[in-house]
Amino acid sequence: MNALKSSSRRNFLKTSIAVSGSLMVGFHVPGFAKTEAASTAINGWVRVGSDNSVTIICHRSEMGQGTYTSMPMLVAEELEVDLRRVKIEMAGVDPIYINALLGGQLTGGSTSVRDAFDGLRKAGAQARMMLISAAANEWKIPESDCRADNGMVISNGGKKLFYGQLAPKAAMLPVPKEVALKDAKAWKIIGRPVKRLDTPAKVTGKAEYGIDVQLPGMLIASLAQCPVLGGKPISVDDTKARAMPGVKAVVKIDDGVAVVATSFWQAKVARDALNITWDNGQGATLSSAGISQGLKDALAKPAATLKKTGDVDKAMAGAARKIAASYELPFLAHATMEPMNFTADVRTDGCDIYGPTQFPQMAEGVAMQITGFPKEKVKVHTTFLGGGFGRRIDVDFIVQAVQISKAVGKPVKLIWTREDDMTHDFYRPVSLNTLEAGLDKDGKPVAMRFRLTSPSVTARLFPSFVKDGIEPFMAEAAVLPYDIPNTNVEMAIHDAGVRVGYWRSVSHALNCFANESFIDELAAAAGKDPVAYRLAMLNGKEAERFRNVLSIATAKAGWGNAAKGRFLGVALMEGYGSYVAQVSEISIDNGAVRVHKVTCAVDCGMIVNPDIVKAQVESSVAYGMSAVLLSKITFKDGKVEQSNFDSYPVMRMNQMPVVDVHLVASTEKPGGIGEPVVATCGPSVANAVFAATGKRVRKLPIDADALKSA
Amino acid sequence: MIVAKLTVNGKAVTINASPDTPLLWALRDDLKMNGTKFGCGLALCGACTVHINGEPARSCSTPMSAVDGKKITTIEGISASGMHPVQKAWIELDVPQCGYCQSGQIMSAVALLTKNKNPSDADIDAAMSGNICRCGTYQRIRAAIHKAAAQMSSKKEA
Repeated sequence: MNALKSSSRRNFLKTSIAVSGSLMVGFHVPGFAKTEAASTAINGWVRVGSDNSVTIICHRSEMGQGTYTSMPMLVAEELEVDLRRVKIEMAGVDPIYINALLGGQLTGGSTSVRDAFDGLRKAGAQARMMLISAAANEWKIPESDCRADNGMVISNGGKKLFYGQLAPKAAMLPVPKEVALKDAKAWKIIGRPVKRLDTPAKVTGKAEYGIDVQLPGMLIASLAQCPVLGGKPISVDDTKARAMPGVKAVVKIDDGVAVVATSFWQAKVARDALNITWDNGQGATLSSAGISQGLKDALAKPAATLKKTGDVDKAMAGAARKIAASYELPFLAHATMEPMNFTADVRTDGCDIYGPTQFPQMAEGVAMQITGFPKEKVKVHTTFLGGGFGRRIDVDFIVQAVQISKAVGKPVKLIWTREDDMTHDFYRPVSLNTLEAGLDKDGKPVAMRFRLTSPSVTARLFPSFVKDGIEPFMAEAAVLPYDIPNTNVEMAIHDAGVRVGYWRSVSHALNCFANESFIDELAAAAGKDPVAYRLAMLNGKEAERFRNVLSIATAKAGWGNAAKGRFLGVALMEGYGSYVAQVSEISIDNGAVRVHKVTCAVDCGMIVNPDIVKAQVESSVAYGMSAVLLSKITFKDGKVEQSNFDSYPVMRMNQMPVVDVHLVASTEKPGGIGEPVVATCGPSVANAVFAATGKRVRKLPIDADALKSA
Repeated sequence: MIVAKLTVNGKAVTINASPDTPLLWALRDDLKMNGTKFGCGLALCGACTVHINGEPARSCSTPMSAVDGKKITTIEGISASGMHPVQKAWIELDVPQCGYCQSGQIMSAVALLTKNKNPSDADIDAAMSGNICRCGTYQRIRAAIHKAAAQMSSKKEA
């Protein structure tokens, strides 16, 4: 990792956030200037046209998880408008759109609903109150004699004014500080399975993704990057490429050499004709065997203590039996369906950038840094994202697009190939979890040691979050909910020499695989049923939501009554404020595991859109099971060995299990649901494999050969 | 360079391109039709699926030299009314998430239902497993195909 650490990237990104943050002052409404003149912004989320059209600004990137629908639902509930008639517009970059749970204008960490639940309802309510005040002033009656309904303010006497007639005056009024939000019983939109607002555009080919951006005079770029991660171009012979049809320029940038042409295919063919000499840097000797050995060697390194209870050494010494196991996971690629791309239009008077990003604030920051323009001259236009899964939190491809456009002085759309995408990802970190438990004579755990050794994403992207060796995004689901009196939970950050990124469910997937597999191992050692074993250790009020989802999922899945040739495994976890229990039903044929059905019980607190919640669980199963059964990234001579969906298989239609989702009605505050079930896939399947074969799966993806002799 | 004359969604078009240019990029860069998506470039993911003379094909791996004189149908052209029964079923079940693969999914589904009015789950597996969806909308795609099949047959009966 020395090559990457010493590069300017880390400091560059750090500075960018600082620059971007410090210059953001005042209030502006993105997109306002370029829309029809006769519309009025009432606040950062609501704009009303003189034609009574209502536009709601969506400040979280839509990457499939449904923010394009769920965010406007929150505003519309209090604004009293018909959601089917509102227009949705993606937000620009502004401090008011910062995600308080993450500290930036960033979509990720299953935070969108959790962060916005109060704030967006309040924004909708404030706008409604200002519209009511404007009407009351007009009619010279008290506000209490007016109400809002379906885009109108109506007086008790029956007078009506449309929002479009009131907006210009409403916008001049002070923003009400005291806001009374509707009681949940009065909700007409929140909690209902409202149809997604982006579906019609997405079934007709009209939805605009980054790869679809068209600008007048735009050129298209294809970028050759060093096959060894972190390597840089030294020199290039571009004679052949420059002579090819459509080629307008060849540009050397930090990360590689770009061919800029009038069409993608011309750019790509000419890029393949470049003869580049690379400095492979320090990553040139990386191999998967070396990386795996490095993880084991790192066990000798000191670890930071996340949580310590009781006296583990003493309890271990007195235990009737001891059990230890270690669990290892590979690097993974995000493999979004839309390969990385971005469009930059760097001009002498400013810069516009367009594309799929989870982190518009960082996109703005890097564009400011590269162009030298102040904030007001840089505009970020977020399109639909053809998948995110954490990959589009990083901005490497945005930096590249801006550098290329700046060099050629024209709008440029940079499009990566699938091979570029798979070999230049920021990979889900490898991990080695080592666990040890002491059981009493009844098989109950009296002591447990847990240690995670893994590279840290946060140390690269947000180093200030890492303190005293504790990395919060490595600690997820590390502490078990079970009653174990003596515990020691530790983590060690180990740089494996490969750039790593946030990958859907982040460290939940690492720690839950280890913890929930290990608990299953303990249950087997104790000769107990895995569900009864867990329930016996889930006591007290704080464990109530765990008990509830575990009971529901196992009951619905027919725990204890598996059909002949079918086997069940269970996993339980809290993540993102949501409680999930998953039962996976499998069969095994000559070592090959097939997952037939997944039953999930989910308690994610109050739900904004139950159908989108269910869709996210279905999605998490497909994404999680791909990692359990099919996918891994390996290295040889510093190069990623996988390049496309042939060498990096992912779940397809014929492999998809039936997903049965049960939502728990709740008045608790909302939890996130885009990610947790990704993490429960691994242990639930591994535990089912044990039920079927008596063999433990301690590495993913599952190796069919290792199960053949079962 | 070749001059390819083809019909795209019922309209005659002429494209000048190198013979190896994939149909996908001619659609996207020459005709500015962006509904058909680039996913893998090797016919592994199905995001670029179109119909060539009525048969589903991966446009990312179909060179222009192979489509001269052919009839191409894309997501923009599957329904004269603007909403094919498959698209309606997709909306009714809220199939798409990120949506990027859905043009290809729908083109594969329409091709399946054109040949097989009442596909079984096994038929759906066979016809749709070349189309990857990383959001994992497979369960809803399956249900939507069954729904579209039912709607299309009941419409015919009526």
